[in-house]
Amino acid sequence: MNMIVCVKQVIDPEAPPASFKIDPSGNKVVPPAGVSPVVDPYAEYAVEAALKVKDASGGKVTALSLGSNQLRDIVKKPLAMGADELILLEDEAFDGSDSWSTAYALAMAIKKIGEYDIIFCGREASDWNAGQVGSGIAEILGLPSVTLAEKIDISDGKARVQRKTDEGYEVVEVSLPCLITASNEIGEPRYPTIKGIMGAKKKEPVVWKPADIGVEAAQIGASGRHTKLHKLFQPVREGKCEIIEGEGPEEAAANLAVKLREVKAL
Amino acid sequence: MAENKGVLVLCETKEDKLASISTELLGGGRKLAGDLGQELAAVLVGSGVGNLAQEAIAYGADKVYVVDDPLLKDYQTDTYVPVLEKVAGQAMPQVLIMGQTSIGRDLAPRLAFRLNTAASLGCLELAIDPSSKKLLQTKPVYGGNAQAVFITGSFPQIATVRPKAMAPLAPDQSRKGEVVTVDAGLDASAIRAKVLEQVPEEVEGIKLEDAEVVVGGGRGIGSPEGFQQLEELARLLKGAVGATRPPCDNDWVPAGAQIGLTGKIVTPELYIAVALSGSSQHMSGCSSAKTIVAINKDAEANIFREARFGVVGDWKKIVPAFTEKLKELLAK
Repeated sequence: MNMIVCVKQVIDPEAPPASFKIDPSGNKVVPPAGVSPVVDPYAEYAVEAALKVKDASGGKVTALSLGSNQLRDIVKKPLAMGADELILLEDEAFDGSDSWSTAYALAMAIKKIGEYDIIFCGREASDWNAGQVGSGIAEILGLPSVTLAEKIDISDGKARVQRKTDEGYEVVEVSLPCLITASNEIGEPRYPTIKGIMGAKKKEPVVWKPADIGVEAAQIGASGRHTKLHKLFQPVREGKCEIIEGEGPEEAAANLAVKLREVKAL
Repeated sequence: MAENKGVLVLCETKEDKLASISTELLGGGRKLAGDLGQELAAVLVGSGVGNLAQEAIAYGADKVYVVDDPLLKDYQTDTYVPVLEKVAGQAMPQVLIMGQTSIGRDLAPRLAFRLNTAASLGCLELAIDPSSKKLLQTKPVYGGNAQAVFITGSFPQIATVRPKAMAPLAPDQSRKGEVVTVDAGLDASAIRAKVLEQVPEEVEGIKLEDAEVVVGGGRGIGSPEGFQQLEELARLLKGAVGATRPPCDNDWVPAGAQIGLTGKIVTPELYIAVALSGSSQHMSGCSSAKTIVAINKDAEANIFREARFGVVGDWKKIVPAFTEKLKELLAK
């Protein structure tokens, strides 16, 4: 089973909300000072999904990451978790991508990799929360796709995917090769083992430039966008919380109940 | 080549009626169509859905495309994408909107790539820019830390909209509209990803999305037993219990209880947030509650910036006392 997992480096979404700042130009986020970037947590679920399939059915997992200035210690995490190879699509020409230009570049890199049975993506990424790159890659490559996977079983050359729905879940049987996006129900991403970390340290990623995957500058990064970011802003919080006090927590709790009745919130 | 015109709404059905998200989208779509000075069309896709065309018209559609085929009974990517591609080719809308549901999330991006256009998922607001007449698509990004407004350069401009973000119109059964039947033209052998079964989650009591009162618990609740105390409070208030992601990941509560960007979106009258910090990711799913009450031992927690009322302290002491006092007050 050959698997490819799309990952990326993002601003740590767990950084305190107060550290979140938008550039005065109004179209990008300023990385918070002193907070290291991380592998997108949604993508880590995709890595975990691929490793679970590898545990059950064997195979090879290749992580594929697109961006510029990818910190090796960060983007090597999938290797430390158990992936076999890491390919970086790394060039400033990839900056400013939207779902279109991202999916296009990844699809062209996947074509170059050539052999695959399953491509995994996160259900969305923690920066733009677009939720489209997986489906986009599948469409460009003409593959069937199953989104929001909670559980994956492989048998008889097919994948049986439990897909999260609004009502519960559904079971989808899909032929291979296919694309699957992983939801957090797939299970907590495993911690890298010491052996994994040591192995990742020794392993050098393969780096591909736009020319290596045969894409033109006009098709990638900001030039390849199909959408324009018109505005980026932080919603205003009112921040007028009335703290209910009392002699001890029990009394404060009782006062809260009285208050909620007074203001007819209950 | 024909010119793109109008707004098209994908209507989902539920128990042989239009789903609430669909009547909301028709209400919102009517406004967008009005601002463009163009028609509002709806598309009904499914098996045995034709009789709902009049309902879509009553809720605001001028025209309804009906694609009725047994192969369309369940949503499947490989059937719905070509059908919507066909309808979009026939209707040629400027704007195509769907719900941010398990259908819309899957369908919108794949369709956008097929039609060589773009989509924005999970929009909170859609508006027509008065000067350019383009669709302004506002959605949360960076886990709810910010909001972005996107513009799509090509037609149709596709967007999915979160539940409860738009309001339905009062249905007018006397409204007249045109019904257009479209042949699905499907071939069962083209279905590569097949739905074998659908399993609804079992919900005891009131559904989270429908509850007027929601009691939400976070990592600080610490155990399934802790959530039973929240259940007791929720029962008293005829509400439902929700959670942030860690309690779901730890199986203290079912996965279906998750509220947030990647979970459910709730819009209750009252949201009681217990032992949760109020991460942007979680608040994305509950910030539209009318009143938010926070109970947290950390006075600096973000939830106190979101809440209207708060108590700082240990929830284990506060929740039982709060529940007891409410019992007494509600008995009066």
